Amino acid sequence: MSIVIPLLILVLPLFMFLFLGLAGCKMSHKLAGWLGCLGMGTTTVLAYITALTYYYNPEFTSAAGERLQVVIFNQTWLQFTDYLVIKLGFLLDPISALLLIVITTISFMVHIYSLGYMEGEKGFQRYYAFLALFTFSMLGLVVATNIFQMYIFWELVGASSYLLIGFYYTKHSAVSASKKAFIVTRFADLGFLLGILILSYYTQTFNFIDMTNNPGGVLMCFEGATFMGCSLLTWALILIFVGGMGKSAMMPLHIWLPDAMEGPTPVSALIHAATMVVAGVYLVARMFPLYALEWNASTFIVVVGAITAFYAAMVACTQIDIKRILAFSTISQIAFMMVSLGVASEGEGIILHHGVGYMASMFHLFTHAMFKALLFLCAGALIHAVHSNDYTHMHGMWRYMPVTHITCLIGCLAIAGIWPFSGFFSKDEILAACYSWSPMVGAWMSMVAALTAFYMFRMYFLIFWWKEHPIHHGHVPHEAPLPMRIPLIFLAAVSCCCGFLHFGHFVSWNRMPYDIHIELGIALSSVGIALCAIFIAWKMYFKENDLPVKMKNMLPRLWDWCYHRFYWDELYMFVTHKIIFNGICRPIAWFDRHIIDGTMNGFAIVTNKCSYAIRGLQSGQVQMYVWIYLIGALILGAIGVLFLLG
Amino acid sequence: MFCCGVYGFITRKNMIAILISLELMLNAVDINFALFNRYLYPGHMEGMFFTLFAIAIAAAETALAIAIIINIFRVTRNVDVQGLDKMKL
Repeated sequence: MSIVIPLLILVLPLFMFLFLGLAGCKMSHKLAGWLGCLGMGTTTVLAYITALTYYYNPEFTSAAGERLQVVIFNQTWLQFTDYLVIKLGFLLDPISALLLIVITTISFMVHIYSLGYMEGEKGFQRYYAFLALFTFSMLGLVVATNIFQMYIFWELVGASSYLLIGFYYTKHSAVSASKKAFIVTRFADLGFLLGILILSYYTQTFNFIDMTNNPGGVLMCFEGATFMGCSLLTWALILIFVGGMGKSAMMPLHIWLPDAMEGPTPVSALIHAATMVVAGVYLVARMFPLYALEWNASTFIVVVGAITAFYAAMVACTQIDIKRILAFSTISQIAFMMVSLGVASEGEGIILHHGVGYMASMFHLFTHAMFKALLFLCAGALIHAVHSNDYTHMHGMWRYMPVTHITCLIGCLAIAGIWPFSGFFSKDEILAACYSWSPMVGAWMSMVAALTAFYMFRMYFLIFWWKEHPIHHGHVPHEAPLPMRIPLIFLAAVSCCCGFLHFGHFVSWNRMPYDIHIELGIALSSVGIALCAIFIAWKMYFKENDLPVKMKNMLPRLWDWCYHRFYWDELYMFVTHKIIFNGICRPIAWFDRHIIDGTMNGFAIVTNKCSYAIRGLQSGQVQMYVWIYLIGALILGAIGVLFLLG
Repeated sequence: MFCCGVYGFITRKNMIAILISLELMLNAVDINFALFNRYLYPGHMEGMFFTLFAIAIAAAETALAIAIIINIFRVTRNVDVQGLDKMKL
């Protein structure tokens, strides 16, 4: 494949960022928006060409049917030693091609949608510039040839996420949310960096292909290196996973994602639902052969993922803000993908069930990106119509917004895992993988799936049914404008039919084609459970009744804990404000103010005092000075003569 | 001659007189330059040139000093050097 198209995929969004960022303020809103869409549309077409060429051209498949990993270009950027070189390149393999499609599709849809949603906002051009920056960094992240390039772009997506969350920079809550997101993910990235350094110190390489194609060799490099009873490789992998936990909002680093909903809704759809938050999953998938080798690391992933999935689902059942519900649902679904990656192997490189977990994780990443972006865009349309995030201001919207209603229903059915929508296929594979790893994890995840169906339909019924819409001051909600409807319809169509893709033919852990077969038992039982959950939600929320209040009063403590997200934010506040601020920062501040500043001020004061003491010598009498000079010169001369003689 | 200059510089109160004493000192140094050059290095001319140079500088410096003194006189109606400690803080 020629170098031009892949290079353009990266350069075009970067150029759009610079162009809109620098020249945007001179343009009208309309021109900037259309230029942004045009640039993104071109990038999308190029990415599709690249990905489809990769998937369908036999040139990229070996004789045995294995898809090859192709490095399109790899430019040296920094050279430390002969081995330790940081390069910037473009790696094409099944998962990077998949992510190219996902990112550009969602990004393009969000660009179009924003034409309607952001119309008339102050800083419209800046918004499009940031979207282009984000798309550039995310594309750079997925095509990274080495872990350091990934780290660079990892930070770049963090920065663009920060910029977009804080887009409404006059709103105090948005500013603090963007700071929170940045600090929490930065904190996690410290773990990532440490993991990279440990890994590259022992393996003497940053390159993904070198590491993943020879996991045994990596294990050899770590022979005998242990720390606190665990192999250093385990530590490195867990630390790298901590970076992924930060980005993908796993417990306990999930606190930033619900607050990140302060950004504009299309941004939440693009960054905090579909693309950036799955970067952690992508990272683990990228290093999968290493994680498959380390039982401790992969079990850690399963445990963190399973707890997070359940926790987020519980919290989502009680939230009022529809974007928060979707945010917690995103956390829960990403945890599904993480668990699925963790259960794909049993350690020592034994791959379970043909690595179905890996395939399922990537499949779910793909389908989830589509239907969650769809749900967020629906939420955006609703917020656009009623100017509020709370479902208490919605109710009975089916009458006013038919398109949003149908597309949102499709999204909810997809995430609940009902046949024939896309979520069914991917979730079924994940559950199958979980059951083959351990029945307990499988049952646990089935329960979470049931909760998912329940809270999604709770939200759906409360928004669109429950009771007639309360019309305030004659304000009748209106259907979304055309630029917002097109992405909704497109994504709904994709969510309906992309489950029928032969996904295993494109992506599998060993890049060999793999046939998906639906396990009838698991499929039927999970659909049954989901239907039950939907039925309960229908019973409780379809028509106005007092059942939800009764339920709440039955378990007041549990409801309270869920509503307050199990007090995680309060815990963080306690640790940071009470312990770190009081215990560490205050003494340091005191030391700085009194010891360091005190020393400097002391110097100044002493100098000042001395000069005041001797200023009397400056009498202003010129002849006095000459006298002193003369006497001094004579004395010096006398000393000089004495020395010369002596 | 140099000592005369120094004495005058220290004892006289009038600034014009101090300036004249200064000129005396400069001329003494010039003569020294010229003579020692003649006696110690008869073949060389550096001392002579240096003297010429010093005379030129002294002329410029005198003009400057006179200008300053005139300005001071305009302000204070006085050219007494001991009265001039107003510039001190």
